[in-house]
Amino acid sequence: MDFAKEVDASGLNCPLPILRCKKGLSELEAAQVLKVIATDPGSVKDFNAFCAQTGHALLQLDQDGKTFTFYIKKRAD
Amino acid sequence: MAKKLALIASKGTLDWAYPPFILASTAAALDYEVSIFFTFYGLTLLKKDLNDLKVSPLGNPAMPMPVPMPNFIQMLPGMESIATMMMKQKIADKGVASIEDLRTACLESGVKFIACQMTVDLFDFKPSDFIGGIEFGGAASFFEFAGESDVNLFI
Repeated sequence: MDFAKEVDASGLNCPLPILRCKKGLSELEAAQVLKVIATDPGSVKDFNAFCAQTGHALLQLDQDGKTFTFYIKKRAD
Repeated sequence: MAKKLALIASKGTLDWAYPPFILASTAAALDYEVSIFFTFYGLTLLKKDLNDLKVSPLGNPAMPMPVPMPNFIQMLPGMESIATMMMKQKIADKGVASIEDLRTACLESGVKFIACQMTVDLFDFKPSDFIGGIEFGGAASFFEFAGESDVNLFI
């Protein structure tokens, strides 16, 4: 999937992956896609909750062993 | 309109420093407007030097220890420093943020910090002990934002 920016939150624990994701999104234009890599097992539930509450769209979630990759499309302001 | 979160941070140990800063920084990431009122020992969390934050296994039976340790050993001089050092090591090993980092994340995302003026006077703290960008106020200033908040927590 095409993305405008990548944030690697591997090895970081709650709430850092969400904070890094938020920071990454703030540097994008509306509708651009952010790729976030995380290894926190709680991040799957948290990223779903983050997107549901903020209106950013979780386009895709890939899992490779203990690594999760999220593709998040920034909402229109 | 943005949701609002009001927190009271009343504890000044390394472990209890986490909940207010984790919740505040996460809420800010979720577009909440956040204010934290720091009172009594919670004021320690606003000091420039966070080395006063310690954790003690004494009187804290739920704290996981590598080996079971009776209270009379936990009271020996230096045990608190050792426990604090071990906790900080574990925090770093597990990729958990430091308190400094979480506090900075809060400030960068616009979380408002209010220091309880009464406690500052009570403990003879100096405004210069604290980081910049904070406000000083009393109970009425807490209710000014708590009264219109969606979530209120006492920690």
